Amino acid sequence: MAQTYHFTVGSRSYRFASLAELMAKATPPRSGDRLAGVMAESAEERVVAQMVLAELPLTTFLNEALIPYEEDEITRLIMDDHDADAFAPISHLTVGDLRNWLLSDHATSDVLTHVRAGITPEMAAAVSKLMRNQDLILVAKKCRVTTAFRNTIGLPGRLSTRLQPNHPTDDVTGIAASILDGLLYGSGDAVIGINPATDNVAQSVKLMRLMDEVIQKYQIPTQSCVLTHVTNTLEAIEQGAPVDLVFQSIGGTEATNRSFGFDLSTLAEAEVAAQSLNRGTVGRNVMYFETGQGSSLSADAHHGLDQQTCEARAYAVARKFNPLLVNTVVGFIGPEYLFDGKEITRAGLEDHFCGKLLGVPMGCDVCYTNHAEADQNDMDNLLTLLGVAGCNFIMGIPGSDDIMLNYQTTSFHDALYARRVLGLKAAPEFERWLEEMQIFQDVSTHRLNDQLPAAFANSLRHLPKEPRHG
Amino acid sequence: MVDKSTSPIVVENPWERLNAFTDARIGLGRAGISLPTSKLLAFQLAHAQAQDAVHTALDVDALASELTAALDLSEAPVRLHSHAQDRAMYLQRPDYGRRLNDETHAQLQQAAAAQQRYDLAVVVVDGLSALAVQQNSAPFLSTLYQMFNSDAADWQLAPLTIVEQGRVAIGDEIGALLNAEAVLVMIGERPGLSSPDSLGLYMTWAPEPGLKDDRRNCISNVRPAGLQIEEAARRFFLLLKEARQLKLSGVKLKDRSEDDVLEGNTAPGSIRNFLIAD
Repeated sequence: MAQTYHFTVGSRSYRFASLAELMAKATPPRSGDRLAGVMAESAEERVVAQMVLAELPLTTFLNEALIPYEEDEITRLIMDDHDADAFAPISHLTVGDLRNWLLSDHATSDVLTHVRAGITPEMAAAVSKLMRNQDLILVAKKCRVTTAFRNTIGLPGRLSTRLQPNHPTDDVTGIAASILDGLLYGSGDAVIGINPATDNVAQSVKLMRLMDEVIQKYQIPTQSCVLTHVTNTLEAIEQGAPVDLVFQSIGGTEATNRSFGFDLSTLAEAEVAAQSLNRGTVGRNVMYFETGQGSSLSADAHHGLDQQTCEARAYAVARKFNPLLVNTVVGFIGPEYLFDGKEITRAGLEDHFCGKLLGVPMGCDVCYTNHAEADQNDMDNLLTLLGVAGCNFIMGIPGSDDIMLNYQTTSFHDALYARRVLGLKAAPEFERWLEEMQIFQDVSTHRLNDQLPAAFANSLRHLPKEPRHG
Repeated sequence: MVDKSTSPIVVENPWERLNAFTDARIGLGRAGISLPTSKLLAFQLAHAQAQDAVHTALDVDALASELTAALDLSEAPVRLHSHAQDRAMYLQRPDYGRRLNDETHAQLQQAAAAQQRYDLAVVVVDGLSALAVQQNSAPFLSTLYQMFNSDAADWQLAPLTIVEQGRVAIGDEIGALLNAEAVLVMIGERPGLSSPDSLGLYMTWAPEPGLKDDRRNCISNVRPAGLQIEEAARRFFLLLKEARQLKLSGVKLKDRSEDDVLEGNTAPGSIRNFLIAD
């Protein structure tokens, strides 16, 4: 049953007309909520909303859907898949209690794994709104989410990278050059993943073949992915293309996903199709999802919810399909949703925390666009914080500059910085490969080889003589 | 213990010459595992320039004259403006950028009152890079108009429009007002460090206000050092013809312009992936 919420501070009394309004007003400030007109109107109102939210029993979220059950298949997914047994140990708690419990020594990694099926995205979003950045980091680090395909991602003390060799015209030599650069900086254990310049099936198949040939020739324990629409990948599978992972951008409402041109049944079909190829060697996680706060509002499909709550709901979609990788593309969407470095940082930590709490193998595209109030220093900060929090993977791109998507994300160098200062390593299977290929002089101290490893020196002799530019 | 290593402080990458084949920032070398100073500063300069580009205004007068001359238009392009008054508002309120302000909406409504139907409305929008629009619009449209002229079918084009402070979806409102069966939005994409001049092409069949992204097809990165003008126009024309035949656009209409898209301007088979050559 919907109810209203009241609270009085001194002589001022506050009223929140719905659970959705309470959640939105309890959210740390960000431009997207301002754009949607759901943000708290004052700093005091925000904290009051957080105080009211803290008193709310977690069971409220099981009894009151933020988007009606009848209208939205993601609400139905969340409600129908809720595991009451897993929820039992925390079922008596309020949102404020949940924060205490998560931080307490009771909530060990094993316990957190056990309760995750009892936690809904709305519960995760609600508690995150009460948490400081250090809380988000501390609890996320306790959550373990490990997945596998040709290597194992998300083990403690590991930080993987997606090698992202995008090229504005999908030029073969240009892409191969970026792949080589990345591999020789130790990047690519999460996936070698290309965003194609043009979304078409034939192009995607060609890029899939290109990456598959490289992975086979050098026996790289990693997987490839072309980040094209799920229906394109399904078509590629039908054509017999070498598909490792199926990609799709996902959102937290049915209407968002319809605006992306798919629904849950499409993803179910895709997971089955990719698994039927049996291309994984150490695991069967075949899906790769991207998310990001603001996508529902951008598609005018947010149902009056704040953007962080919509984002958490996207993780319910993700976990249904056993993904290898999920990452929030946190700063890509632009300043109308996350205005500056401070808002991007907060959102990145929230997304990583909520994803991990819900059991999603969370990575982060630590990034910004040229129209946002952010720079490399902001990215250094978020990267370091996420490294501390145990983030599964980040992006790796030559010199931070994506020349196809026109934004800046973490570079190959940045990943090595994070691994070195935090003592993190690549996925174990990939780490062994880096050593065998002599890409590193000493992989344990992240000391790169000054010389070109023999296998790659040979390949460079096959370079085209004339650069083709124009 | 003294480090007797003879290795230099900055280690250059032996594959640096691959730079000739891509604009990606590869082979940067390293100090330890970090960026060398010169590469760090080059990046900072590019970022500073891209930030500046976002805030540069479109010179509509110059563009209108150029298009009128290049396309031999009998009437100058119609000048429109979104609901976002200035760049600061534009950046914070994408909803304002998706609709016309009241004044130019009324103006366009009046201009379209003749009940004429059109096959296509072309809408030129500043977006996040006025530079992209300023530089690429005339060459692209000249090429596209030639294709229309030499096509067997008769293509009725709506009056050309130029929009300031606009976003992609504003084209749907304009296309609907002009009674166009399809709309092409040519818009400046968010500037990248190496590509402040990138133009995006978005097509919607049966445009009307309120359509979502799944109803649009996109061809991106049209610029001299990206997707070539000729190729972009060829792909768009194919897409438009298919949309007209099937009477739809968006995810249900796949881009089938498959022929050698990977290597559009080299002889088929002449380029191989050097990483897998034996």
